[in-house]
Amino acid sequence: MTELYDVLVVGAGPAGLAAAQAAAGQGARVGLIDAQARPGGQVWRHDVRRAAPRAAREAIAHLHGVEWLAQHSVIAAEASALRVETPQGSNLLAYGSLILATGARELLLPFPGWTLPGVTGAGGLQALTKQGWPVAGKRVVIAGSGPLLLAAAATLRAHGARLQGIYEQASTATVHAFARQLLHWPARAVQALGLRARLFGVPYHFGSFVRHAHGDTALQVVEIETPNGTQTIDCDLLAAGYGLVPNVELASALGCSLTYPGAHPQVQVDAFLRTGVANVYAAGEACGIGGLAVARLEGTIAGHMATGNTEAATALLPQRNQARRFGDLLTKHFALDPRLRKLADQQTLICRCEDVTLGELDAFSDARAAKLATRCGMGACQGRICGTALAELGRFPRSGSRPPLFPARLATLAGAATFPSSDDEYRGSRS
Amino acid sequence: MSSTVRLSVNGQAVDVPVGASVAAAMAQVSLHFRRSVGGTSRAPLCGMGVCFECRVRIDGVAHVRACMTPVREGMQVQSHD
Repeated sequence: MTELYDVLVVGAGPAGLAAAQAAAGQGARVGLIDAQARPGGQVWRHDVRRAAPRAAREAIAHLHGVEWLAQHSVIAAEASALRVETPQGSNLLAYGSLILATGARELLLPFPGWTLPGVTGAGGLQALTKQGWPVAGKRVVIAGSGPLLLAAAATLRAHGARLQGIYEQASTATVHAFARQLLHWPARAVQALGLRARLFGVPYHFGSFVRHAHGDTALQVVEIETPNGTQTIDCDLLAAGYGLVPNVELASALGCSLTYPGAHPQVQVDAFLRTGVANVYAAGEACGIGGLAVARLEGTIAGHMATGNTEAATALLPQRNQARRFGDLLTKHFALDPRLRKLADQQTLICRCEDVTLGELDAFSDARAAKLATRCGMGACQGRICGTALAELGRFPRSGSRPPLFPARLATLAGAATFPSSDDEYRGSRS
Repeated sequence: MSSTVRLSVNGQAVDVPVGASVAAAMAQVSLHFRRSVGGTSRAPLCGMGVCFECRVRIDGVAHVRACMTPVREGMQVQSHD
């Protein structure tokens, strides 16, 4: 079964929501797909216990004339169409124009003990908490880098977690320099002050990072390196995230050009958010980490462009270019301490899917050779975690991804519209 | 209408808010979601469907990401051993 959309938007975060709304405003048939069950993406993720921010509620409420396609995972790119998998079956969605609003994921760096249950990403624990994960009364350490730590901490506190402290790897001097820059960004300054107020009484340490997590079957203690020596803290959960990296797998599969401003790729677009591939646009974090304001503006611009409304898109460009500068500010001030790239030792697992240690990877200088010899990157995450970590560690760049973009059922790949009922046999894991 | 959903996690009845994920329900019972190829316990890392550490068996289907699956009344969830 094939559905045809004038404009198909991939990703229902702030960029995708804005893109879908702008395109539907022109009367186009718009499909908005996301792998998640609810729209909002990560930053506006639905919270099962608390109301969403007003901007998120409005963006989701304004989807008039947009077909919302929940739990649609893109598995492969075909000619002007995407093969998607849903819990019920698979489908082919054809498009006139495609807008990639695939967002970002967290940069998760390996350190001894990072595979223990109870160790998560910072945005990771925030997302789990919003899903209803029990954090009330739990002792939580937040660590890593960037403003996301404060946002995660605020969510955790609102859900009753006992925050043991926030440990930012950037130095006191650079965080203060960043804070001074916020004077030029009044809306961001208000947001930051609001977060600090919600985190009143929670210690916020700089120049500090987790070097080791300990526990038998789950996390019990973390060791933190601070400017004044090593501290140990008893805790139930550690939320550690080192910033964000763009999700470029689909763009790459479509043949869009990628650029590498640092260790990680982002989708290359022109001023009007056109990728090099005809009728394919990209907006928001996928084009480089810029934050919520950038995502909303670029989503709107891409939605206008995809429906031929160049004039409306052009009018937003100065605002967008200004908003992008905030991303540059973040990159500069929250640059990672080189010591973070040395935390994993020879025994630390790097590939969590296939349990490959850093020591086993010493002999290799490219991802493909390492994969062939050790299975590193061959598991279910397809190298999203280990490949990104190894690129950040300066070992080697992640190898190019191939379809399926996510593990898929054979029936999806065969193009069947519905799955047989006893599909475990098809996954090769009946036992 | 009830604002909670009851499901079974490793044979134990669990109540979670409507719209919660299977990961959230699982965490009420155990932080052991799956056993890695090297034999260690694993639990969610990324919370957003990227890392696949939260894979569990749901209603007989293996390797389903718990963090990506909303709970349903009567669901049978089993960790992977």
